[in-house]
Amino acid sequence: MTPLPAIRTSDLTKRYRSAMALGGLTMAVAAGEIFGFLGPNGAGKTTAVKILVGLTPPTSGEAWLLGERLGDREVRRRIGYLPELFRYQEWMSAREVLILHCTLMGMATAGRSSAIGEALEIVGLTDRGRDRVGTFSKGMQQRLGLAVALLGTPELVFLDEPTSALDPVGRHDVRQIIQNLKARGTTVFLNSHLLTEVEYVCDRVAVIDRGAVIALGTIDELRGTSHELRLHITGAAEDIGRVVTPFGPYESKGEWYRLRHVETRQVPELVAGLVSAGVHVHAVEPVRETLEDRFLQLLGGDADGHSHDRPADTP
Amino acid sequence: MVILTIARLTLREAVRRRLVLAVFILTILLAILSGWAFHKLIGLPCGDNGRIHACSVADQKLLGATLLILLGFMFSFVLAVGAAFLGAPALWADMESGILLAMLPRPIRRGDVLLGKWLGLAVLVAGYTAIACGMEMLISSFTLNYVPPHPVIAIAFISAEALVLLSLAIACSTRVSSMASGIVIILLFGVAWMGGMAGEVGAIRHSQTIENVGTVSSLLLPTDGLWRGAIYNLEPVTLVLVQREFSNYAAGNPFFVENAPSGPYLLWAGGWTIAALLIGIWSFSKKEL
Repeated sequence: MTPLPAIRTSDLTKRYRSAMALGGLTMAVAAGEIFGFLGPNGAGKTTAVKILVGLTPPTSGEAWLLGERLGDREVRRRIGYLPELFRYQEWMSAREVLILHCTLMGMATAGRSSAIGEALEIVGLTDRGRDRVGTFSKGMQQRLGLAVALLGTPELVFLDEPTSALDPVGRHDVRQIIQNLKARGTTVFLNSHLLTEVEYVCDRVAVIDRGAVIALGTIDELRGTSHELRLHITGAAEDIGRVVTPFGPYESKGEWYRLRHVETRQVPELVAGLVSAGVHVHAVEPVRETLEDRFLQLLGGDADGHSHDRPADTP
Repeated sequence: MVILTIARLTLREAVRRRLVLAVFILTILLAILSGWAFHKLIGLPCGDNGRIHACSVADQKLLGATLLILLGFMFSFVLAVGAAFLGAPALWADMESGILLAMLPRPIRRGDVLLGKWLGLAVLVAGYTAIACGMEMLISSFTLNYVPPHPVIAIAFISAEALVLLSLAIACSTRVSSMASGIVIILLFGVAWMGGMAGEVGAIRHSQTIENVGTVSSLLLPTDGLWRGAIYNLEPVTLVLVQREFSNYAAGNPFFVENAPSGPYLLWAGGWTIAALLIGIWSFSKKEL
């Protein structure tokens, strides 16, 4: 039997007076999946998350979380949430904040201490557990928010911009935490506009714009198939030109060549031709679109209307 | 369970933020000051038509009751302002800061959060009223030799007045910013007091219309009606009897009340408070965060 999706939405909409914040969101997130929710500011990402965690009611549509209809209170025991606007009682210690959330989620007293210790350890705050939240930096408060979201080993975790206040080390840690969550079977709904973050950790991604999903698939599906090749080769220019020309148009910059319209299946033939012509082949790389390129294409190009070629020294 | 958790959280916040300590120190200072002032005032001679003489027991009792009622009025005002300041940001500030964004997705009812906040602040307000007013009554009994006829009921009326405002402030805090709620609550409190005074004047001047203004204002916001209950239980019984016998003895005195609030009025005030909380719960449950 196919397991129930962790999240399923059907034509979920949210309208604020005349503005459509979310226009008919229909999607399913499989259990154990790391799902990225991408979109520009104001696209409706946070609105969707707020609807799913029960902070805002939808105008219309339906949704199910862990098999239960949206609005079911009991299912919330199995869900963790890190809000985009994270703020915790600054007069409490980090440990006290976690105790409060244990109480609110109805966790048995016996299991609280170990759950809190585990959550603090995961986010690297074990040594600061007794310190007042008011003394924490913004990054540490976000780590605390992550600890609150991960408290009690939830089956489904919503992370809304979880690295917005973190330095590069913190971002790396969060990526590691998300990968560990995946390893233990937790479903993660990652709401972010940091494309590299999503590219690193997500199994599937939905791109949302003006309240509607405009693309949905794995990272590879979104980026599409590569038809460009970068070659680092040395040898006589006429030999190289003779071998490369039949495969399609190319441009060169020093020892780097860039070939357009090359099918992946043609690569062995190309390399064999170069080698037999006495050309030294140092590197052969398919040029794949980054998620950022694809994202900007989906949203209708970047702000400057420029293409996103690599720098000239690495064509 | 959640209600008690939130109530404890609210009380702990008040303690940790040193609100309780600050109020405690100021109340002790006020008690010392009022004790000294009472002692000095009670030693002053009385005067009639230019003749100075030692005060009679009745004069001293009247002075004691007046001073105690004035202190009670001050506490009633302080508690009204306190209830507005505590209640107005109770939910709004936590919504605005984002604290509630992490709490409300837990398996809890929003109504329980509101009731927990109310309970915590109500304990704070009622506890402060009991301690501060009780302390002043003890000082009054030692220095003025005056003990009000029903001290516990008087304290209950002053607390109830503050709880009415607290309930309204918390209901407002589900929709209106802290600053706007606070100002509106204080303004309404003042208008209700003036409405009550107008009603009194209307009764003295036999103007049914103006008297009705007082009745309507005491129904729309029952704070002044409850304050009158406090006065009635603070003033000497003999004064009430004298007023009933000679109907103009204390008429027009804003710190004198001839009759206690009726039972139906107290039920109205209780129902009003519950209705304010229910409206607050409904409003909070519909609030989009």
